[in-house]
Amino acid sequence: MNGTLLRVLSESLSRSRAVVLVRPIERGPPFLVDQSGVTAFGTAGDGGQPTVPDELLEYCRGALARDDARAVEVEQGRYLIQTIAPPPRLIVVGAVHIAQKLIPMAQLAGYRVLLLDPREAFATEQRFPGVEINHGWPQQAMPSLAPDARTAVVTLSHDAKIDEPALRCALQSDAFYIGALGSRKNHAKRLQRLAALGFDEEALARICGPVGLPLGGRSPAEIAVAILAQLTQSRYSRGVDSR
Amino acid sequence: MTVAGTGDSFARPGDILNTALRWREEGREVALATVVSTWGSSPRPVGSHLVIDADGSFEGSVSGGCVEGAVIRAARHVIATGERQMLEFGVTDDEAWEVGLACGGQIEVLVVRVE
Repeated sequence: MNGTLLRVLSESLSRSRAVVLVRPIERGPPFLVDQSGVTAFGTAGDGGQPTVPDELLEYCRGALARDDARAVEVEQGRYLIQTIAPPPRLIVVGAVHIAQKLIPMAQLAGYRVLLLDPREAFATEQRFPGVEINHGWPQQAMPSLAPDARTAVVTLSHDAKIDEPALRCALQSDAFYIGALGSRKNHAKRLQRLAALGFDEEALARICGPVGLPLGGRSPAEIAVAILAQLTQSRYSRGVDSR
Repeated sequence: MTVAGTGDSFARPGDILNTALRWREEGREVALATVVSTWGSSPRPVGSHLVIDADGSFEGSVSGGCVEGAVIRAARHVIATGERQMLEFGVTDDEAWEVGLACGGQIEVLVVRVE
């Protein structure tokens, strides 16, 4: 392992790119692989720059798809291949009381959290110290936030003007989790409105509503636990992250 | 051996590798220990990292505390010699209290110097 390779790895992560770190276990330099192939070699005192067998590259592509780590054996020897991925993201829509509890919990669980609420009086630094805040309207802000398969979206504002544009964008994305706060009755009405906009049953089934696992909790912190629990469940059941 | 760790021992692999980079750039002598394989019940999955410096400061985990002491001792040797080491841990009789895995699993840990 060497600093140069770690620096390349660190730069990939800061650009939110997943890469595979490949390390020969007996001897030879480590290297990085992405979808396009080998991107960088480390140097090792005990061997030159080797050619990378196709079989190993195939394993790397598999690791990238599964987001996992494993030791593999090919003709050239034993290798540890490990996907190094950026942290998952959580977009919280609505700077409400539950958000104040959910955000620090999600940060502890390893999420990079972004809070979206156009109401500047709600989404303040004072109420959400140190949290990345976006004051845009969801219809403009959400597409630029570009939710992907490593992103979860939770709407909490209780205001259809804010929540529903965010849900529409989330449904058009690969977001691995979409949750919407609201009672069963309100959620049913929300689904009707979204159906009228052309979302089919399969799309609407992606929305977890009422949001959270049914733990029976009532306080904002307890509801936040239920949401984070459901988030955790979808993350692993959909195989986004096997760690 | 009593050791004091800092930070989050269940941090993501990328976070520990970033710590290794930061420590190296600060001019510290650094070793990286990584779980290469596991058999049976083991507390941390393949790819879990522990970064160690020459003073024995560390971050991350390879077993949730069961074998870290032994890995840190080996890391100091790896830092001094530059030669990678493969460590194997399982439940051993006399040493079980010191470097065994209480859960009954077995792990292989690769320790290399960060150049």
